[in-house]
Amino acid sequence: MPASIVETRPKPFKRVDIDPITLDIIENAMLNARWEMDAVLFRTAMSPGIREQGDAFPMIANLDGKMVVGQFGSFIYGFKEAYDGTIEEGDIFFMNDPYTCNGAISHANDWLILRPIFKDGRLVSYAAHFGHMTDIGGKVPGSLPTDARQIFEEGIRVPPTKIFKKDELQEDVLEIILHNCRMPQWNRSDFNAIIASVRTAEKRILEMCDRFGDDIYYSALEELLDRNKRAMQKLIKDTIPTKKQSFEDYICDDGMGMGPYKIKCSLWREGNKAVFDFTGTDPQSIASVNFLLNEEMFKMFCGVYMIMVFDPQIMFNDGFYELIDVHIPEGTLLKPKFPAALSCRTHALGRIFDVLGALLGQGNPDFLNAAGFSDSPHLMYSGHDKNGEWYQLFQIGFGGVPGRPFGDGPDGHSLWPNFTNVPNEFLESYFPLRIETYETIPDSGGAGHHRGGNAIHMEYRFLEDGEISIHDDRWLTKPWGVNGGTPGLRSTKVLERADGTTALLPSKGDNIVVKEGDLLHFNTWGGGGWGDPLTRDPEKVVFDVDAGLVTIEGAKRYGVVLKKDLSVDEKKTKALRARMAKKRGKTKVFDFGGTIPELKKRCKKETGMEPPEQPVFQGAADKGKRKTKRKAAKRKAKAKSAKAKRKTAKRRAA
Amino acid sequence: MSYRLGVDVGGTFTDLLLVDEKSGDIHTAKVPSTPHDSSVGVLNGIEKVCRNAKINPEAITHVMHGTTVATNTILEMSGAKVGLVTTNGYRQTLQIARSFVPGGLGGWVIYNKSLPLAPLALTIEADERVGADGKIVRKLKTAALERDMRRLKKKGIEALTVCLINSFANPANEKAVGRVAKKVFGKMPISLSSDVVPEMQEYERTITTVANSYVRPKVEKYVRNLTRELKKKMKDVQLHVLRSDGGLASAKAAEAYPVNLLMSGPAGGVSGAIWVAEQAGFPNILTFDMGGTSTDVALVEKGEAQLRRETTVGDVVVRASSVDVRTVGAGGGSIAHVPELTGALRVGPQSAGAAPGPAAYDKGGVEPTVTDANVVLGYLPTEVKLGGDMKIRKDLAEKAVKRVADPLGLTVKAAAEGIIALVNENMYGALRLVSVEKGYDPRDFALMGFGGAGPLHANALGKLSNAWPVIIPPGPGVLCAYGDATTRVRDEASRTIIQRFSSTTAKALAADCRKLAAQATKTLDNEGVPKKDQETAFEADIRYSGQGLSLTIGFELAELEKKGLDLIGDQFDEMHRQLFTFALPEDKEVVNLRAVAQGKATVVRAQSVGKGGKDPSAAKLADIKVYIDGKDRAAILYDRGKLKGGNVVPGPAIVQEMDSTTLILPDHTGTVDDFGNILINPA
Repeated sequence: MPASIVETRPKPFKRVDIDPITLDIIENAMLNARWEMDAVLFRTAMSPGIREQGDAFPMIANLDGKMVVGQFGSFIYGFKEAYDGTIEEGDIFFMNDPYTCNGAISHANDWLILRPIFKDGRLVSYAAHFGHMTDIGGKVPGSLPTDARQIFEEGIRVPPTKIFKKDELQEDVLEIILHNCRMPQWNRSDFNAIIASVRTAEKRILEMCDRFGDDIYYSALEELLDRNKRAMQKLIKDTIPTKKQSFEDYICDDGMGMGPYKIKCSLWREGNKAVFDFTGTDPQSIASVNFLLNEEMFKMFCGVYMIMVFDPQIMFNDGFYELIDVHIPEGTLLKPKFPAALSCRTHALGRIFDVLGALLGQGNPDFLNAAGFSDSPHLMYSGHDKNGEWYQLFQIGFGGVPGRPFGDGPDGHSLWPNFTNVPNEFLESYFPLRIETYETIPDSGGAGHHRGGNAIHMEYRFLEDGEISIHDDRWLTKPWGVNGGTPGLRSTKVLERADGTTALLPSKGDNIVVKEGDLLHFNTWGGGGWGDPLTRDPEKVVFDVDAGLVTIEGAKRYGVVLKKDLSVDEKKTKALRARMAKKRGKTKVFDFGGTIPELKKRCKKETGMEPPEQPVFQGAADKGKRKTKRKAAKRKAKAKSAKAKRKTAKRRAA
Repeated sequence: MSYRLGVDVGGTFTDLLLVDEKSGDIHTAKVPSTPHDSSVGVLNGIEKVCRNAKINPEAITHVMHGTTVATNTILEMSGAKVGLVTTNGYRQTLQIARSFVPGGLGGWVIYNKSLPLAPLALTIEADERVGADGKIVRKLKTAALERDMRRLKKKGIEALTVCLINSFANPANEKAVGRVAKKVFGKMPISLSSDVVPEMQEYERTITTVANSYVRPKVEKYVRNLTRELKKKMKDVQLHVLRSDGGLASAKAAEAYPVNLLMSGPAGGVSGAIWVAEQAGFPNILTFDMGGTSTDVALVEKGEAQLRRETTVGDVVVRASSVDVRTVGAGGGSIAHVPELTGALRVGPQSAGAAPGPAAYDKGGVEPTVTDANVVLGYLPTEVKLGGDMKIRKDLAEKAVKRVADPLGLTVKAAAEGIIALVNENMYGALRLVSVEKGYDPRDFALMGFGGAGPLHANALGKLSNAWPVIIPPGPGVLCAYGDATTRVRDEASRTIIQRFSSTTAKALAADCRKLAAQATKTLDNEGVPKKDQETAFEADIRYSGQGLSLTIGFELAELEKKGLDLIGDQFDEMHRQLFTFALPEDKEVVNLRAVAQGKATVVRAQSVGKGGKDPSAAKLADIKVYIDGKDRAAILYDRGKLKGGNVVPGPAIVQEMDSTTLILPDHTGTVDDFGNILINPA
């Protein structure tokens, strides 16, 4: 049963005409309120993940729950569908279980706070904000267990709960939740910060209602939603062909020795509507790389990517949702069935953006970006220091932004909205480690007319014994280039032990024991290149070589030969470019650096790691049901061997 | 007899304000600016103001000056070729920055990052390491460094910056690098991060120190040139430059730490506004300084501007204290447009700047700007001209605004009003940043509008924010000169210490404070400020242990020693509650300690404009038409110079003077006070 809204003075709002100027003013005021939510949160949150890195997402919605301003689209539909209680004045909802809110948030580390906003007994809006908690309990520090098979292993789960009733904090409930976390003081502070943020939004909304009038506020939001719809309607018609197009990309593995997992999406237009169909995506994983993708949220991703180029000042909202149909088959990686584990969904979430960019762009290569830093690699480091105090780090890494029609991809930057890195001096002051190197990796960005951004090479010297977890991807598949651009360099993780031995670490893993003095090389991946590298201005290549971002050898990927004094050898460059052009032939729209079978075949040689095994899926997808059954026995056997392999890998690391 | 002189060099005019140190009597002068060498204009002005006051220039002992040289150097990217020395493994600190990409989800698609102020090709690494606790992990390898520096020297750098990891905790290695650099580079300016900003966070410290190096040669040249020219007429004169935080720096300090001058210009405006507002009897004001390309707003409480530990110029953000001025990238030159896709009206972020400028200026601009909208609506009258040589063409303004009126389906006037409404809303957003977002209610403040376009928009902003009265001071240039002349010599010393309350004592903090105080007052001693005229205030940046940003708490040393750490702790909890609605039971920590030393304030007596009756008609220039709230209305145009104290100007009215124009809206009145300020209130 869906939620029921309790209003003490239920009187429908009147839709009134609004002049375009008032509308633009309200749009601005809404945007201001949204930025203010972030400002309040970042200033008062405590976990570095939120306060330094900005892993949090605010939203203001209209009274139907449609997002009017925010980033990841509205999740209120999902919540309202799944919650069968009342929504009353003075309520603040708290939830983190993706399965009880239709994937409003997609793993339990994200704590979602939702405030229905009432004015004079009527619901006028919602404000919501969710942020990633460093720890919510469960089997490993950081609560992202790679090998979890059920969500029950991933920390405390909270279904939609009124954490405030009649504006009274339900302290007992909060204490129970905090009691389950390893760093409760961080969770408490972050929780308070998110509450303060939604309360700020509420204040601003009520002020706006007072200033303009309730009906005008209501109507303006409707009109803003309509405006987006009209704009998107035009874009859909102009840019999406009726002919079906498909694109496939992969996450390399699941951390249990199996992979890659395919994400497939097809796109076509039916009349006014764009249809996104994920049929062909692999079935759900037995591990925790599943991503419960909320369809509404995906629509927002689509909208943002389509519109960004045309009116970047626009306030994105949900208005266009009915113009997009999204089909995700149940039981797949993107719509796993309860109680599948979800914690490590970040890889699939990231990869969705590459898939989306490629799908939308392949029809319009002028607007096509290369594959970028479509993930947020994590490092966790925890243990007890020499004084017996518990320390726990959760850090997000960055890599190369892809080459784009607009220019080179920045080096070591974030594709995530408003994320920042943590100052290394801050890390060294608060955690027992030293960052010995923090730089980008020369030549790691794919070559192109616009080159991909470089990956980051970060060296962690651990100063205490402890354990680390790593979550990364694109170690097997490559960040692809487009329109002639070449792929970026893949990620690697190497542990140099204090005892002189060196171990290659898998890109995903938990409970990796480190000793004082060990050095971890955490190398992320570069962005793909955009456009033909042979047409890049040689002087730009010289500039990059001079800066140390491209090597003299790497310059040859652009067909540029440098002299000893780093000036361009015109003659040799011309010759080399001609040779390369001839050998290469016509440029391809996508350069994946090899098919999956090819990449697997070369895997050991190129990466030093064994290639992952064909995944054993959990349950079955819509289509592949019979097939799965038939091969069940075979897969079981494979699972066993995968497990054994993982153990070997871990032993190697340890 | 001794005099001090405030000098503001604007784009068009140079304003001067001469103050008799004993009586506080003042004289003003306005002369054209001389952009090729602004000292020429300054000297012309000095001659004029001395003639007015009938004094010998030799009687001027102090010249106070706010300058935009540092700011413009960054905005125009015309600074020095800066070399940078980092710790091994950190060569790309500026390249990576904070990994931040603006623009929200998908913002990376259109984001192009500007190049670092110190090019990577001119960045070298020093083999050394200091730990976060200040312990030397690895001593500096000097031979290799010297070799790399010699190579760098060949590349022709003009300034050098040194920023090593954890140098805020121990500057020893940085100093060692500095010594090698001195040997290699001789007299070339060298900036050490532990001198410029000894605070945690390597990117912020690096960019701040690099920015210092980047603007240093230009500022040095400017200050030296001005000093030399001034000394020709006044051999014992001391030149002071206004700092971003509203204090005064000696010429020497300005040359060495020009990163502290990035907000010198806006700080002068705010200081002037504070002074004017105090004379008018309003210690709490919101300042609203709207220029051609950007607008600065700030909050002043009890005569003190809010400060913040950050200065932003363009996309460069540095760690230097500045008056908490929020800048919105919108001003008179902001261009209005209607993106085809959404059909929404947008103002900015593009600006017509000085060239081609607004369409009405007839310098080739065709895009509709905010100024054009003001012309179309009659707020910038074309009927009567008062000084300046700028011609205004209404027909061109109308043609330009039509470009957005058509796609919006509005008349030209309605579209123009839309542009004004939208830009006002942006400004209101900025005012909220400094007020509401910090827990202040704008209704408790007066609003002061200045700058080229401020007086045109201030009345409307008063309506939006309910900050009354709206104060329009006479002459924006004079206002800055007031600011320059009335500020005090100031310096500060700060240090990152990071101590939890549970592991430190009030006594230990007090000891640190005394050390910092000694450092900060040294500048004042050097300036010849007698000890008895020196005041030192203390500040601590506090946060809950583990929290991100800190809040700055001011305290007195004696009280800290008496009441202990609770003195700061309780204030912090209270402020946290005011700002964020909650306090926490967590342990607190001191992040930075700071001592701020100031000299004595100068007494200045405001100039009176003479008394008059209520009736302003003696100042009437013409009957005109203005378009407000959807219709044409009859209004009166006044000459600001002829208004007298006590005059009451009913809206709608336009009040014009040489370098600014004031709009008084219908249902509002502007009352002129004895000093010539117009106080606008709802009628």
